[in-house]
Amino acid sequence: MLSKRIIPCLDVREGKTTKGIKFKDNIDIGDPVEMARLYYESGADEIVFYDITASSEKRDIMIDVVRRVADSIFIPFSVGGGIRSVDDMRKVLLAGAEKVSVNSAAVKNPDIISKGAEAFGSQCIVLGMDVKHVGKKDNIPSGYEIVINGGRTYMGIDALKWAIQAQELGAGEICLNSIDADGTTTGYELKLTSLISGSVEIPVIASGGAGTPEHLKDVLTKGKADAALIASMIHYGNYTLGQIKSYLASSGVKVRKSW
Amino acid sequence: MIAIIDYAAGNLTSVARAVSHIGFQCLVTTDAGEILKAERIIFPGVGAAGSAMASLKRTGLDSAIADAFRMGTPILGICLGTQVIMGHSEENDTPCLGIIKGLVRAFEIDKAAENGSRLKIPHMGWNSVVIKKEHPVLSGIGRDDEFYFVHGFYPDPANTEQVLGITNYGISFASVIGFKNLFATQFHLEKSGKPGLRMLKNFCKWKP
Repeated sequence: MLSKRIIPCLDVREGKTTKGIKFKDNIDIGDPVEMARLYYESGADEIVFYDITASSEKRDIMIDVVRRVADSIFIPFSVGGGIRSVDDMRKVLLAGAEKVSVNSAAVKNPDIISKGAEAFGSQCIVLGMDVKHVGKKDNIPSGYEIVINGGRTYMGIDALKWAIQAQELGAGEICLNSIDADGTTTGYELKLTSLISGSVEIPVIASGGAGTPEHLKDVLTKGKADAALIASMIHYGNYTLGQIKSYLASSGVKVRKSW
Repeated sequence: MIAIIDYAAGNLTSVARAVSHIGFQCLVTTDAGEILKAERIIFPGVGAAGSAMASLKRTGLDSAIADAFRMGTPILGICLGTQVIMGHSEENDTPCLGIIKGLVRAFEIDKAAENGSRLKIPHMGWNSVVIKKEHPVLSGIGRDDEFYFVHGFYPDPANTEQVLGITNYGISFASVIGFKNLFATQFHLEKSGKPGLRMLKNFCKWKP
């Protein structure tokens, strides 16, 4: 039986991580390669990198980071942020990433999903979705709307409809981020996650709101998620991956226990 | 030298990086001559069986692989590479290399019900392998070790003696296959952390 995946997420700006690790002082906390290696060694099932570099001239720094990560860790990892074309995808995949994730670029131009899937296979293409609860409306029957620009721009697109459309276009996986839950550390948006994950055939990674191992248990059971993204709860040393996985295993959630 | 076969099927850099990481030299090549000269061969791949076989035929690599197998060169199949060495794939209804007799079948969503909930296709993520038969390449692999899978089709060898390990995902399928100088996995051992690297290292030293 498949294990539920626990996936640390690292934000990278101009080649440096923006959140440090507090529980280890023998490594360079600003270095995404060192952080990836630490999480690889301590039981991460996969790693997600978001390039939040603002200027496009400095984006190639990320390609170098991807290359160094690929030389250091031997589990899958994905790279998102600033991916706007099939050519951007190719650069990241050739540098050694397993998957690329597209978010706003796909909302503006859904063809990028099908073109990417055709060129590299669906298993490489992750659709990142930022979603806000807005209540049911005529054009938003699920009550959840797609937003971009970190939640500032409402797109008038229904989240459930978009998830199904992206699957049909060839997305191999969905990383579903609740803007309402993001940063709260009070738990994932279970209703949203269960709605989307129960309606698509591709795996769904839940994102936004993780603060305790119990939150992961909830989203991986009630929320029907296939994987859970975590950030500050491990970056700040509140929990280790080992602690989270032991808790999940003892709660009956199947996780990978040997690494 | 270890030759990694390049037939335009997916991410080959990760296999080459893993081989270098464990201290062996390798060459990613499209050249049939290099493949026939190689000390061992890795046949990876991500993508669809139809276009993979078309590319192998176009480049003559199909007969190079068959010849290398007959010559006794150790061959490691990974994921799509493992499917392509079978007789026939349901994916794009593709006749394959036939080194291992049997079919490559599609997971059927309706059959894959587990705990009342629908299983997702592709089978993507970490899963365990129950070892059915000991093999030098499986040396040191424990019961708790898991491996990274990404696939919508699975190999089904006609001769169950060739099944070295099985994995459960709605159904049980052959996730490790062995026959003479061939060792093949449905999972990506290059992306399966330390147990995967251990298996890769075992293969790099294996003398069938």
